Amino acid sequence: MRCSASVERREPEATRFNEPTAFDSRTDFPPIHSEITLWFRVTDVRITSERSHGPLTSITERATAERTKHDMSTAATAEVNGKESQELDSVVIRFCGDSGDGMQLAGTQFTNVSAVFGNDVSTLPDFPAEIRAPAGSLAGVSGFQLCFSSNEIFTPGDEVDTLVAMNPAALKTNLQDLKRGGTLIVNEDAFDKGNLQKAHYESNPLEDNEALAGYRVHKVPMTRLTRDAVEGLGLTQREADRCKNIFALGLVYWLYDRDAKPTEEWLSTKFAKHPSIAESNLRALKAGQNYGFSTETFTVHYEVAPAELPPGKYRKITGNEAVAFGLATAAKLAGKELFYGGYPITPASDILHELAKLKHFGVKTFQAEDEIAAITSIIGASFGGALAVTASSGPGIALKGEGIGLAVMTELPMVIVNVQRGGPSTGLPTKTEQSDLFLSYFGRNGDCPMVLVAAQSPADCFDMAQEAMRLAVEHMTPVFLLTDGYIANGAEPWPVPNIADLKPITVKHPTEPNANGDGYLPYLRDDNLVRPWAIPGTPGLEHRLGGIEKSDGSGNVDYDPQNHQHMVETRQRKIDLIANDIPEQEVFGPDSGDLLLVSWGGPFGAVRTAVDRSIKAGKSVAHCHLRYISPFPRNLGDILGNYKQVLIPELNMGQLRHIIRGKYLVDAQGYNKIQGKPFLVSELTRKIDEMLK
Amino acid sequence: MSTTDVELPVLTAKDFASDQEIRWCPRCGDYSILAQMKKVLPTLGIPKEEIVFVSGIGCSSRFPYYMDTYGFHSIHGRAPAIATGLKVARPELQVWVITGDGDGLSIGGNHLMHAIRRNVDLKIILFNNQIYGLTKGQYSPTSPLGKRTKSTPLGSVDHPLSPLSIAIGSEATFVARSVDVDIKHLTMVLERAAKHKGTAFVEVYQDCNVFNSGAFDFASKKDQKIENCIYLEDGKPLIYGPNRDKGIRLNGKGEPEVVSLDEVKEDDLLFHDESANEPAHAFQLGRMRWPDMPEPMGIFRDISRPTYDGEVARQLEDATAKNGTGDLEALFNSGDTWEVK
Repeated sequence: MRCSASVERREPEATRFNEPTAFDSRTDFPPIHSEITLWFRVTDVRITSERSHGPLTSITERATAERTKHDMSTAATAEVNGKESQELDSVVIRFCGDSGDGMQLAGTQFTNVSAVFGNDVSTLPDFPAEIRAPAGSLAGVSGFQLCFSSNEIFTPGDEVDTLVAMNPAALKTNLQDLKRGGTLIVNEDAFDKGNLQKAHYESNPLEDNEALAGYRVHKVPMTRLTRDAVEGLGLTQREADRCKNIFALGLVYWLYDRDAKPTEEWLSTKFAKHPSIAESNLRALKAGQNYGFSTETFTVHYEVAPAELPPGKYRKITGNEAVAFGLATAAKLAGKELFYGGYPITPASDILHELAKLKHFGVKTFQAEDEIAAITSIIGASFGGALAVTASSGPGIALKGEGIGLAVMTELPMVIVNVQRGGPSTGLPTKTEQSDLFLSYFGRNGDCPMVLVAAQSPADCFDMAQEAMRLAVEHMTPVFLLTDGYIANGAEPWPVPNIADLKPITVKHPTEPNANGDGYLPYLRDDNLVRPWAIPGTPGLEHRLGGIEKSDGSGNVDYDPQNHQHMVETRQRKIDLIANDIPEQEVFGPDSGDLLLVSWGGPFGAVRTAVDRSIKAGKSVAHCHLRYISPFPRNLGDILGNYKQVLIPELNMGQLRHIIRGKYLVDAQGYNKIQGKPFLVSELTRKIDEMLK
Repeated sequence: MSTTDVELPVLTAKDFASDQEIRWCPRCGDYSILAQMKKVLPTLGIPKEEIVFVSGIGCSSRFPYYMDTYGFHSIHGRAPAIATGLKVARPELQVWVITGDGDGLSIGGNHLMHAIRRNVDLKIILFNNQIYGLTKGQYSPTSPLGKRTKSTPLGSVDHPLSPLSIAIGSEATFVARSVDVDIKHLTMVLERAAKHKGTAFVEVYQDCNVFNSGAFDFASKKDQKIENCIYLEDGKPLIYGPNRDKGIRLNGKGEPEVVSLDEVKEDDLLFHDESANEPAHAFQLGRMRWPDMPEPMGIFRDISRPTYDGEVARQLEDATAKNGTGDLEALFNSGDTWEVK
């Protein structure tokens, strides 16, 4: 972020973190109770139970060594009243548990308090596609990873410093990501025979010193302690157990010296109508914090100072929220009503939810009977003069193809948001991928060009949604806005924009005949080959649109062979000309050199971080991140020629690479990850090193 | 492009004719429907720029090209969805959907059903010729069992569906049927549809004289229709026949049966009630099919229910009244915010 080379109009100021999802609502809990021997690696110096903001007085070399890898480095270790406090630059935490354990909620709350505290934050939620996978099963594990830092960060981190595992299945599926020497906090009450079996553990890993050797293990009887904390409030056991994520949260708050106040306020508001639930959660939160500083298992806690973000007011925003805000803003800037037609689909549905709240902005939302009705309803709305938009993901976009073709043919403006997920077919609904580029670029019958733009981060969705709508209405074309599950569910500290700084959007509806005499020619084009947008209700401009090939100018049905060639070429040229209305591509790093990384969409943060590190390590590497894919920025070809090698990392089999190789005849190499997960910085760094050998 | 006169105080059928050459087959039933539409529209008092025709794909769907109003010849089956988007975005427009038995009931059946159940204020005219004409003669979802076509050389084994059953089953607020060449009757039905607030669904029997000629002779030929059809009148008993001496009565099982008025008094016949809230009556009438029974023609159902587009607009007004007109500044500052100094 805030990189000089980005091409955006208004640069986002901080990095991403992620939001809870609909999958957060499960309440099934495994039966719990087991007494397990307490075992942990003693690591640090011993101490008091007071939080420390005191002066830094000593440095523990060992802790420093353990924490210098990647994003994390120990700046100092303070010892106050005998209790140790270390100051760190950045920390990666992952909460994981059963999908009913409230891990998304815990992660989000931690994110919120860290953002409010002033850290830069980036997060990665990871949840199962099943709303109710069997409790305790490996398939039902839900995770939420976040990185918070006193520096600017671009990714949620490669390796986990602190792992909170609420049951054996969570431990089994997440332990491999915990760095050696990292902190492991487990709910030991959940490690009973049944849960161990469900996680395919033959023996209890908590009783096996080998299995967890190399980690600082804290076995906490969270279920029992939570029940004790809420005793007397008249809760059922099930209700009491639902508070244990908040207990875990409280414990981690203590560990990282977080101010729990925003969470306390949130709980009080959220459960205002259920005082006993509110009270129980508040008690669980407190109990978790108290456990941290009153027991001897946690001998150290950590501080991460606020990041130095540019001054101003910030708000956190998710990618889907930012799309909705951006669209509503575009409509407001254009002085138009927004019409959204959509069909529920993961991970795009939140755009519909957000827009449905904005009726007082003149936003009409239509939950259509299917994806086809969603796209065609917005074609109708666009014909009527509304700013029209739909959003979907893979299978839904496939269904919309015919309708999008009609939009290209009738040259009506609209935005189609493609929140990509793992494919093909139903694929991986809750996992991220970039494999719909071909579908968006080519996925229509005939030669059927349209505009494609791609957001690079959650807050960038706000800018690109406006940009997509601007290009649509000013160039009379459907526009794809590509995001992905990673960006859509992610959020980042977003500097509240100044409305006066937003780029205006001009909408023109003719009211006078445009032909000799008094006729109206719906396909009479201007210098940019853009046709006029006359709308029903305008006297004298009555005309008919349709999907059959039409005569340029009049728009009448026309099967003439020469006319068809002319029209197909004209539609392409119209899109090509838009290259004059988008910014030139900028490059991060040197203007020429050994290696250029070209990326688009969600991988922005990981690629930028990897390139930045390689540059700092003295390598001749640059980064070109594309937000405009059709048409490409007019100078892209020149840029590609300035480097000895070109690498295009993508979360697909190489779709952008295919297009770029075809268009620019450049021998671009690919780095392709198709695991439903974002790139790790370390993976990219390794690839860069390999290519520069 | 057509020449239009925006100042015309009184419009005529001619004003609604576009400059496009009509390319339906000679003597196609579509000509008559087009002609009646052009006659009806000027009587509605709606400026022609506020009228929009939306169609899908098929012979009937060429209709918008021949009307000098705003029009949209879209893609196969999707006209009700396009029209829904248009109408919700622009509730003040009068939006007509022109579709056929293949377009509306096969590939587009889903959209038709949902437009109707939402009661979007659309006038949906379904031209039923019981055949795929544009693709040159395959059987359609309304073709009768046993129908021999290019795709069913041994006769169709698909049980046909009744457009009216679909419409009434989807609880349409207005349902009617007429015949292409029954000029007066069709005009009356189109007028009533135009004036209905909500989804008006009209099935028009339309002769495809190339691929399914004569399919509706029973309802269109002067000498036959009087024998085979019952022309529905609201509040009146179901009486028909050249001498108006036959009627419909519900038997002991509640099923309609033909009776002679020589033997049964008028008061004992089934009385038509357009505004019956329960759709069962209209459904029962729709199930009466020639040649087993005389076929009802006219308005089957006409009730009042809030429209979808009206309710969407109302919610916007309510939200604005409650929250004030949307303010971006307030929106951006909603949720957790914090200040970096």
